[in-house]
Amino acid sequence: MSSQFLQFLISGITVGATYALVGLGFSIVYNSSQVINFAQGEFVMIGGMATVFLMAAGAPMPLAIALAVLLAVVIGFALGKFAIEPARGAPVVSIIIITIGASIFLRGAAMLVWDRNLHHMPAFSGSDPIDIGGAALLPQSVWVVGGMVIIVAALQVFFSHARIGKAMLATAFNPLAAQLVGISTRGMLLLSFALAAGIGAIAGILIAPITLTYAGVGIMLGLKGFSAAIVGGLGNPMGAVAGGLVVGIAEAMTAGYISSAYKDAVAFLIILAVLLIRPSGLFGRRESERV
Amino acid sequence: MRALLAPRTGGLLALAIVIALLPAVLPNNFYFNVAILVGLNAIVCVGLNLLIGYAGQISLGHAGFFGLGAYASALLTGSYGWPSLAALVVGAAAVGALAFLLARPILKLKGHYLAMGTLGMGVIISIVLNQEAGLTGGPDGMPVPAFEVWGWTAYGERTWYWIVGGTLLVTTWLALNLIESPIGRALRAIHGSEIAAEVIGVKTERFKTLVFVISAVLASVGGSMFAHYSGFITPSEAEFFHSIAFVTMVVLGGMASIFGSILGAAILTVLPQFLAVLHDYETLVLGAVMMSVMIFLPKGLLPSLAELLRRRSL
Amino acid sequence: MKIWDVRTVLGWTVGLLAAATIALGAQAQEPIKLGVFLSATGGAAFLGDPEKKTIELYVEKINADGGLLGRQVQLTIYDDGTKAKEALTFVKRLIDQDKVDLIIGGTTTGNTMAVINEVEQAGLPFISLAGASVIIDPVKKWVFKTPHTDRLAVQKIFTDMKARGLTKIGLLAGSGGFDKSCAGNARALMESEGVEILADETHGAGDTDMTPQLTKIKNTEGVQAFLYCGFGAPTSIVAKNYKQLGITIPHYQTHGSASVRFIKGADGAAEGVRLPAAALLVVDSLPDSHPQKAIASAYKAAYEDGYKEPISTFGGHAYDALFLAAEAIKRAGSLDKEAVRSEIEKTNGFIGVDGIFTMSPDDHLGLDNDSFVMVEVHDGGWKLQE
Repeated sequence: MSSQFLQFLISGITVGATYALVGLGFSIVYNSSQVINFAQGEFVMIGGMATVFLMAAGAPMPLAIALAVLLAVVIGFALGKFAIEPARGAPVVSIIIITIGASIFLRGAAMLVWDRNLHHMPAFSGSDPIDIGGAALLPQSVWVVGGMVIIVAALQVFFSHARIGKAMLATAFNPLAAQLVGISTRGMLLLSFALAAGIGAIAGILIAPITLTYAGVGIMLGLKGFSAAIVGGLGNPMGAVAGGLVVGIAEAMTAGYISSAYKDAVAFLIILAVLLIRPSGLFGRRESERV
Repeated sequence: MRALLAPRTGGLLALAIVIALLPAVLPNNFYFNVAILVGLNAIVCVGLNLLIGYAGQISLGHAGFFGLGAYASALLTGSYGWPSLAALVVGAAAVGALAFLLARPILKLKGHYLAMGTLGMGVIISIVLNQEAGLTGGPDGMPVPAFEVWGWTAYGERTWYWIVGGTLLVTTWLALNLIESPIGRALRAIHGSEIAAEVIGVKTERFKTLVFVISAVLASVGGSMFAHYSGFITPSEAEFFHSIAFVTMVVLGGMASIFGSILGAAILTVLPQFLAVLHDYETLVLGAVMMSVMIFLPKGLLPSLAELLRRRSL
Repeated sequence: MKIWDVRTVLGWTVGLLAAATIALGAQAQEPIKLGVFLSATGGAAFLGDPEKKTIELYVEKINADGGLLGRQVQLTIYDDGTKAKEALTFVKRLIDQDKVDLIIGGTTTGNTMAVINEVEQAGLPFISLAGASVIIDPVKKWVFKTPHTDRLAVQKIFTDMKARGLTKIGLLAGSGGFDKSCAGNARALMESEGVEILADETHGAGDTDMTPQLTKIKNTEGVQAFLYCGFGAPTSIVAKNYKQLGITIPHYQTHGSASVRFIKGADGAAEGVRLPAAALLVVDSLPDSHPQKAIASAYKAAYEDGYKEPISTFGGHAYDALFLAAEAIKRAGSLDKEAVRSEIEKTNGFIGVDGIFTMSPDDHLGLDNDSFVMVEVHDGGWKLQE
C-alpha cells in the first residue's frame, strides 16, 4: 500500500517538476511585460523536437541539447521582438490572441520543418529503474527533478545578485520607476522572453525521454504550466514552482486513488478553488484597479 | 423612413439582403454547409461580443456552453426521445442557469485571472464530456437525430440555411436593441472603468451577470442547432481551441462591433476550408493570420475599415 | 522561407493542375473519382501516414498501367487530423463538392462512426480502414472494412493465453472507439473463452503516463497476464511504463500496435510483447505455400522501395481497400454506385495483404481468424509465433 503511494508520489513530483519549469516561464514573462505567453508550451516542444532531430542528424547529445536550447532562446527573443513589442498597449484579449496565434504558428512550423510523428529520446543515463521501498524510480525522473532544482537555484542567484537580474526584478515591481533609473524595460521584455523560452526548452528536453515528444506536445503542458503559475500567483516565480508541484502531485494521486479519467481536470479544479478563495493566487500580489 | 436609415436598421437590412440573396450564388451543398457554419458561429460570436466587446470581460470557455447545448439536444432527443424544440429550450435554460451560478464567483476575477477561470471552466466541461463515455460516447462522439417540429423534419443544407439565417437575423436584432437600451449604456460604463461605474450607481455585478448569461444561452442555442444540423457531435465542440476560435472571431471582426463579429465568423470559418487544400501549411498560415491581424489591426477588421473610410471621405 | 514556400507550392499546384487538365483532355472519358480521408496527423498518425502513402503509391501505379476501365483514377485526399468532426466535414466535402464515386478512409473507429450516417444517406460505397467490430456489426448497406476486427483479435489473444495456461488477466484500455470496443469485446468473450479479468483500468486520450493504472494492475493478486486495448502513441508509453515498473507477466497488445513505430517509441521496452497481426508483418518468415506470401512480399517491396521505411499492417489495410474497390469496379464495368456496392459485397476469395476476403450481405469484412498470426517483438523486430 505504501509502496503504491510512493509510486504515485514519484510520478507526481516528476510531472510536477515539468509543470513548475513551464510555470516559471509564464511568471518570468509576466513579470517584465504583464503578458501571458500562451506559446510557452511550444518551447517545451521545440526543446524536445530540436534535440531529437539534431541527434538524428548525427550531433552528440550534449551538443544537440545546447543547440536546441539556443534555438528556443532565439525564437523566444524573436517572438518578443516581432509579435509582442509592436502590440504593446493593446487590450489583454488581443495579446492573448497574438500569443495563441504564435503557438499555433510555431506548431505548424514544427510540423513542416520536422514532422508530425512521435519521437523518442534516449534516457540520459539508462532506463533501469531504481527500487525505492518497492516503488520504481526512473533515473530520468532524477534528472527532471534535479534539473528543476538547479534552474530554480540559478534563477534565485540571478535575480538577487546579477545586475541584470536585479534590473528585471525592478521592472517587475514598478516599470515606470525602473525606467526612470535608466533600466531599458524594452530590453527586459526581450530578455524575459528569451530566458523563459530557454527554460521551457530545457524542461522539454528533460521530460522527452519519459513522455515521447511530438509537434503537439506543448498544448496540454502549456495549459498545466499556466495553471501552476496561477495557483502560485502570477509573477511570483517561486510560487509557480510550488504551484507546479501541487498540481503534479494532486494529479498523480487522483489518477492513482480516484480515477485516471479526471486526472486532467484536477489542475483546473484546483485553479477554480484557489481563485474563488484568493482571486490573485496563493502567493500573488493583489491587483488594484486604477480609476 | 428615418428609422430605416439609422445605422443599426440599415445594417440589419443589409444583413437580411445578404442572407436572402446568398443562395443564388452558392453553387452546391458544400458551400451551403460552409454558409451554415458561418451563421452558427456568428450567432455565438454576437453573444460573446456583448460580453467581451461591450462589458469588457474575457471568456476563454464559451465553447463549453456551446458543447453543453449540443450535448443537451443530442441526449434529450436521442436517448430520451424528447421533442427537438423542447430539448433546445431546456438545454438553453439549463446552460443559462449554470452560467448564472458561475457568473458571480468567476466574474469577480480580473484580467488574466478571469481568462484562466473561464478557461478552466471550459476545460472541465470538455473533460466531463470526454470521460462520461456511457452518456456521451466519449471522444468519438455521438449521433444526433434530425430536428423535428410538429411532424416536420428539418433536413438538408438548404432548409438549415434558412433556419440558421433567420436565427442569426433575430439574434443580431436583439443584440443591437440591447446595446441601445439603458443596459447597453451601463455595460459600456463597466467596460470603461468598473469602479467608476459603481460609483455613479451602476450595479456592475448584475449587468455583468446578465450579459454572461445571455452569451452563454446564445452559445447553447448555437450548439443545439449545430448538433441537429451536423447529425454527429464530439467533445471537441467544447474544447479549449474552439473557445479560442470564438474569441478570435470576435476580436478579428472588431470588439464592440456586432456586424464585425459576423464578419469575423465568416472569415475564420471560410479560411480553413481554403487552407485544407494546402494542408501542410494550414496550421502555420492560421497562426500567422491570427498574429498579424492582431498586431497590425488591433481594433479588428470592421472598426479599422470604418476608420479608413471615414478618413478617406474627410 | 515561409511565404516563398507557399508560393512555390501554389505555383507547382497550378502548373500540375494545368498539366493534369491537358492530360485529361486527351482522355476521352471523365476520370474515376476516388475520395480518401485519413488521419495522417494527430493521435492516429502512425496508422494514417502509411495508409496515405500506400494509397498514393498504388493509385499512381494503377494510373501508370492505364487506369481502371480505361479511365484514370483521380485521387482526392484529406487529412482529418484524427478529429471526428473534421472527418465528417471532409466526407461532406467529398460527397457534395468533389462528387467522388467511392470513399476509402476513416483511420480510426471514431472517425469512421462519425461519417457512417452521412455516407448511408448519400448512398455511395465506403471502405473503412478502422478496427472495431461495431463498424460492420450490425451490417450497414454501404459500409465495408478491411482490417480484422478487435473481436477477432481478442479471440486470438485469449486462445494464445490459454495455450500458455494464462487465464487471469489485467486489462487496460484507452478511451478511443477502438479501445472501448476492444475492451468491451474482451469483457463479452471472457466467460465463453474461460478467461477472468481481475483488474479493469482505463486511461484518457492524450495521457503520457500510465504508471498509476499499471501500478494498480501490478498490485492485483493473481494476475497472470496483461492485455492492452489501444492504438497509436499510447501503445509505446504503456510498454515503457510496464518495463519501468518491473512488471514481468506476459504482455499482450492488439493489432493496433502493429507498426515498427510502436517498437521504436518504446525504446527497447517492447521486447516480448505479443500481438495478433496480419501475416504481412512477418512476410519473410512465411512459408512459400502461404496464400498471402506473394502479394504481401510484393507490397512490402514496393512500399519500402518507394518510401525507405518499414511497412506496417495499416498500409496493408489501405492496399486491400484500394484493390477490393478496383476489382469491384472492374467487375461492375461502370461507376454506378449500387452496382459497385453490390460487387464489393460479392467479393469472393480476393487475396489481399490482410487475408482472403469473402464477403456476403451479412458480412462486410469477410475475414476470419486464420489469416491472423501471433507475433512477438524480438530484437527490435517481429517474430512469428507458432
